Amino acid sequence: MTVATMTDWTRARRQPGWLARLFDHKPFLIFMCLLPALGLLLVFLTYPLGLGLWLSLTDTKIGGAGKFVGLDNFEYLMEDPQFWSAVFFSVFYTGVATFGKFALGLWLALLLNNHVPFKSLLRAIILLPWIVPTVLSALAFWWLYDPQFSIFSYLAVDVLHIRSKPFDFLSTVWPARWSLVAANIWRGIPFVAISLLAGLQTISPSLYEAALLDGSTAWQRFRFITFPLLMPILAIVMTFSIIFTFTDFQLVYAITRGGPLNSTHLMATLAFQRGISGGELGEGAAIAVAMIPFLVGATLFSYFALARRKWQQGEAND
Amino acid sequence: MVYIIKRREALKLGAGAAAIMAAGQASAQAIPKADVAAPKLDIEKGASLRLIRPAKFVEPDEVIFRANSAKFAKEFGVDVKVDLVGWEDITQQTAVSANTGAGPDVIIGWAESPHIYADKVLELTDIAEYLGKKYGGWLFLGEKYGKKAKTNNWIGLPMGGSGGPLVYRASALKEAGHDKIPSDHAGFLKLCQALKKINKPAGFALGNAVGDANGFANWMLWSHGATLVDEEGKVTLNSKETINALKYVKELYPSFIPGTMSWNDISNNRAYASKELFLTSNGVSLYFSLKNDPATKEVADDTEHANLVQGVASSPPMSATVLNGMVLKHTKFPNAAKAYLAFMMEAEQYDPWLTGCLGYWAHPLKAYDKSKVWESDPKIAIYRNTMDNRFWTGYKGPITQAAGTVQAEYILVQMFASVASGQATPEDAAKEAERRTKRYYR
Repeated sequence: MTVATMTDWTRARRQPGWLARLFDHKPFLIFMCLLPALGLLLVFLTYPLGLGLWLSLTDTKIGGAGKFVGLDNFEYLMEDPQFWSAVFFSVFYTGVATFGKFALGLWLALLLNNHVPFKSLLRAIILLPWIVPTVLSALAFWWLYDPQFSIFSYLAVDVLHIRSKPFDFLSTVWPARWSLVAANIWRGIPFVAISLLAGLQTISPSLYEAALLDGSTAWQRFRFITFPLLMPILAIVMTFSIIFTFTDFQLVYAITRGGPLNSTHLMATLAFQRGISGGELGEGAAIAVAMIPFLVGATLFSYFALARRKWQQGEAND
Repeated sequence: MVYIIKRREALKLGAGAAAIMAAGQASAQAIPKADVAAPKLDIEKGASLRLIRPAKFVEPDEVIFRANSAKFAKEFGVDVKVDLVGWEDITQQTAVSANTGAGPDVIIGWAESPHIYADKVLELTDIAEYLGKKYGGWLFLGEKYGKKAKTNNWIGLPMGGSGGPLVYRASALKEAGHDKIPSDHAGFLKLCQALKKINKPAGFALGNAVGDANGFANWMLWSHGATLVDEEGKVTLNSKETINALKYVKELYPSFIPGTMSWNDISNNRAYASKELFLTSNGVSLYFSLKNDPATKEVADDTEHANLVQGVASSPPMSATVLNGMVLKHTKFPNAAKAYLAFMMEAEQYDPWLTGCLGYWAHPLKAYDKSKVWESDPKIAIYRNTMDNRFWTGYKGPITQAAGTVQAEYILVQMFASVASGQATPEDAAKEAERRTKRYYR
């Protein structure tokens, strides 16, 4: 007697066509999905960056094409006191403003982390300086700092009679610099505060409870729990903040246009004045390209130094 | 810029423009015209023109200009599209258009533009000479900015210029013991010091103010006999005349109202209108805005104008911001474009525009000296000769882009400001300014 074998009832699967196989091919799929993003980056980021680098090596003017001059623009900038003044002020502005923003932003985030009445309303309100278009707040500060019409001068001189002359905010070098730093800090606090607040919310309250049970002070809780656990967020926010502040243009341009005697020129505003208003595109591009090392340095610092795994997990450095 | 014009406003604007035009026709009769045949320009069939020009500074500027353009469109059957561009952007737009060979057919830009793109613009000699013959000849700056250097070929058609003489409160001057502006530097210094003593100070921009600060720096330079470059374009800034000018500004600065180092272009207008400033320099727009606003009418009544202190210069040491019309070579309708420019300079169109702007863009053709606008208010008569000034940006050198760059970089302004604030000695400031200027004139 023969054993009946089960015949195969499953229909023969049709082999997929070459197109379907292509789209199933993982590397190809990855490439296709990345193509739109890469395309945008290439067109709007890589090309202008490359063009800027190229322009910085030529003597192009707005009026017409230029020829390759090598490092001539950079050599000139090395000897140019205005350029070094802009570099100094860019670093000073970024350093002081970032420190101020983080100190005050962190403080504000810690305050808002507690349960206060109207918490949501307060959080929305403190976002306002960041949301208002920079140009508008810059113009408002321009009025606040005006040599004749400042409201601070009006209060001090005409109302309270504690001064005889109006305040000099923008007419001399250092007051102008500090005034701009103050305006930048005012504008930047919300970004830092809200970001750090988000980070604070992720810290488990049980850690604080444990610390309280062990009899820690508020400062010890901050130093050993809050700060280490906040490090990753701090690194990211600081990177962004430094980049935004270093490349700031609107605030300085709208308030002082580079200020009394070029003293409040940032590299970005100087590049604009030289390149576009002055027509010297090659030189303007060179100043803009000179910003790159600083930005790369800041990013690398934030990435490597602040985001170390041990710091992230709250352990001590060994 | 987008304006939402409601119907009533549109009708009012139209009515206003029509009224001005109607009045303009009558007053245009006052302009003496010679009997000269217009050059034969065959308007191309189906022509349409695109034009860009700087945005209005005074309201009637745009209204009347557009009305004139519409008139040309109707009379010649040519579609004309007028776009007004921000003052800081028009140079760049001119550059892009000239370099890419696309864009507007006609550009009314700033003074240096036709010279920078001399090989990208059409020659306008025929209409320029026709207009010159018909309207009594071109004034000095008209020829200077119109003709290509060292030739008799016209590459630009200057359409008007805005100057910056002294504007002051007559009552303040009287109180300080002067009845007119002194004509020498020492006298002017005494005047400013006297004004400061009675707490009615003078003030001139020393910050990054495109028009006012450069005007002040140029005035100080030229009235002391110093120049930026010589005729060949060699930098002559570091000279003892410049040092004298710097020393003078160092003495003059303490008498200014505080804060001029951070002034931009509108700061002196603001301060003057709010009665904090009593002597400054500006175009006719300041007086214009004061006169038309009932709140500041008394300031306008008290305002007088005077030429800048001449010092050792042989003529008033000021230049002008000049509107220079040019036709780009890539245009498909060269004859229509040229006919348009010539049409806009004819008395029936030009005089209403000149009058409506209260002489803000002073005329480049001599016959318009007789325009009614100069008699309408004796206070603005000083602006009549703006285009006859013998100085230009980058005096005494050739008109190139470098002169514009020196102005945009505020090299002269900062030279004076650094000495006034005590940050640098006159010698150091002059040397530094010379170094920077040499870079751009290389």
